[in-house]
Amino acid sequence: MAVQIAAASRSGLRSALPLLAPAYLWLTVAIFLPLSAMVFFSFMTDLPRSGKPWAFTLENYAAFFSQSLYLTLLVASLRLGLEVTLWCIVIGYPAAYVLAKVLKGRSREAIFLLVILPFWSNGLVRIFSWAMVLREGGILDTALNAVLPFKINIDLMYSYPAVIIGLVHSYVPYMVLTCYLTLQAIDDSLIEAGRSLGASRLQVLKRVIIPLSMPGLVAGAVLIFVPVVGSFMEPRILGGRTGTFYGTVIEDQFVAVFNWPLGAALSFILLAVVLVILAVTSPVLRRAA
Amino acid sequence: MAGVQVSNVSRSFGAHKALDDVSIDFADGGFYALLGPSGSGKTTLLRQIAGFDFPDSGRISIGGESVERVPVEKRRIGMVFQNYALFPNMSVSDNVAFGLSVRGEPKAVIASEVQRALDLVQLGTLGGRRPHQLSGGQRQRVALARAIVTTPRVLLLDEPLGALDKALRVDMQIELKRIQREIGITTIFVTHDQEEALTMSDRIGILRDGKLVQEGPPEEIYDRPKSEFAATFLGDANILRGNATGTGIRLPDGTGIAASAGVTLVAGMKASCAVRPERIRIATNAGVPDRAHANILTGRVSKRIFAGNNSTYFVDRDGQTIKVIVQNTGIEKLAEGQQVVLRWSSESTVLIDAS
Ligand SMILES: Nc1ncnc2c1ncn2[C@@H]1O[C@H](COP(=O)(O)OP(=O)(O)O)[C@@H](O)[C@H]1O
Ligand SMILES: [Mg+2]
Repeated sequence: MAVQIAAASRSGLRSALPLLAPAYLWLTVAIFLPLSAMVFFSFMTDLPRSGKPWAFTLENYAAFFSQSLYLTLLVASLRLGLEVTLWCIVIGYPAAYVLAKVLKGRSREAIFLLVILPFWSNGLVRIFSWAMVLREGGILDTALNAVLPFKINIDLMYSYPAVIIGLVHSYVPYMVLTCYLTLQAIDDSLIEAGRSLGASRLQVLKRVIIPLSMPGLVAGAVLIFVPVVGSFMEPRILGGRTGTFYGTVIEDQFVAVFNWPLGAALSFILLAVVLVILAVTSPVLRRAA
Repeated sequence: MAGVQVSNVSRSFGAHKALDDVSIDFADGGFYALLGPSGSGKTTLLRQIAGFDFPDSGRISIGGESVERVPVEKRRIGMVFQNYALFPNMSVSDNVAFGLSVRGEPKAVIASEVQRALDLVQLGTLGGRRPHQLSGGQRQRVALARAIVTTPRVLLLDEPLGALDKALRVDMQIELKRIQREIGITTIFVTHDQEEALTMSDRIGILRDGKLVQEGPPEEIYDRPKSEFAATFLGDANILRGNATGTGIRLPDGTGIAASAGVTLVAGMKASCAVRPERIRIATNAGVPDRAHANILTGRVSKRIFAGNNSTYFVDRDGQTIKVIVQNTGIEKLAEGQQVVLRWSSESTVLIDAS
């Protein structure tokens, strides 16, 4: 498939150029220019704007290796990315399956809308509404105590689980969408063929449906893992003191400490690590897909 | 292997009756064609037998065992789908091995059984290919091998040859029939192609609007259709309508048609006669009347279609067109516009209740 597309684009490149030009122009202006500015900053001792003299240096990158804190935080962020991705699969895949294979017509549209809804709400609103739900005396606490005969204290606010919940809520639509698309493309007759050959529903799921929906799972996982590793808003608001991650440290450099060069350097180290992870896992993922 | 009994099965989708009180006995080891126009309920009936869908009422048993509440995977059926439904993520061998593998058969047994099945469908060397690397006919064979390798009790095929071109379809018909004979499996074959049904099956069931119109061996349905629909859907037929006389019918213009096949009807009832186009003799003069050609009609040739070994004449009489097929002997060649006499026997005339 990918090979075919590559071949097709090579042969049709000349005729496709006018169509591609706007996209490339946009990418150049919107991504390449700012990013190259950031690369530039990451090798400077200070911002030129600050008025102080500046010089080129590798110190910002060296800082990452000289202090174990950064590495610890990076590992914590990678773990966060992994956990959130896994939860998104656990929650999103079954939802996508039900949407694609069980529901039909109106009810499908309605549920689909509910799944997409987080996409359409403002990120901050989303996070603060979770804060109201999760804190002690908040909605979850009150509701559970109203139902349960015994008294329990639910105070998830400013904890690791709160960060996970907030992030999963924000990112699960990606998983639902990508999996929905691949699941929908699986012909129902394949499922029926599997059953007619003596396979139980579970065996059909394991041997036919999951392998065929792997491209969606992989796409969803990449779409979720990468931004979550660098996330800062959810960790900061929902995690409080426990919410210090690699992403929040980068954010600090830009908005609090005003050490843009260090922030930029830390960002590029993260980018490099993520790229290495994707490169190492891609043969495995491609085979699975 | 086992026979299949379908008794009084009905299935509705909303207000639409897709199956209406259908009863058929599929004999053990037989090759059965379910024939009917699109939307007549063929697939629905097959899905009830397979267990993908359940009847609202009625009973289905396979090998004498009632299966209404038995899930698909426990029914031990083999199914070939119209679009083949091969697993695109598996090689040909793995597709064929699927049924044995989910059953937990030992690897060595699976390998030898898969090879045997692939040899049977003459694809012995293509086990390593992926489905998308195969032609339509080859995919069809893989689907068949996959369905029979598990030694199912019944083989169900839903228009399996519908997607193939004509020449390949004829090849596959012969092939399918050979394999069916070789393993002796009870086979239920859905088709909307009457020729396919006639040439392949031991028995045919004709469905229309969810009802079983007629059921029996191909010759019987062809020679003794019980309805105008059966007469015209399976093969070609001229339908003459009138009132029953006791020995045949009387056409509106007073002409009597003698019929000695089909039902016996009380005189005066609305009735039809069906005559196959190849049973009618066509000539320019009446000749001597004889008992073997008791029925005589005159008309005018409106059109002749030459088809190599035979010609079809369309003869107009009294506002009706009668179709006549004549073997090309090189002698008869009637011109369009010519006045002709049509003659055929009462044995070739089937009386049908049209009330
Ligand atoms: N799952 C379904 N839901 C609603 N209507 C259906 C369903 N399956 C079949 N039908 C209807 O039942 C009738 C018979 O369909 P089908 O058995 O597929 O016909 P055939 O295979 O003879 O072409 C059709 O009118 C079809 O629209
Ligand atoms: Mg059908």
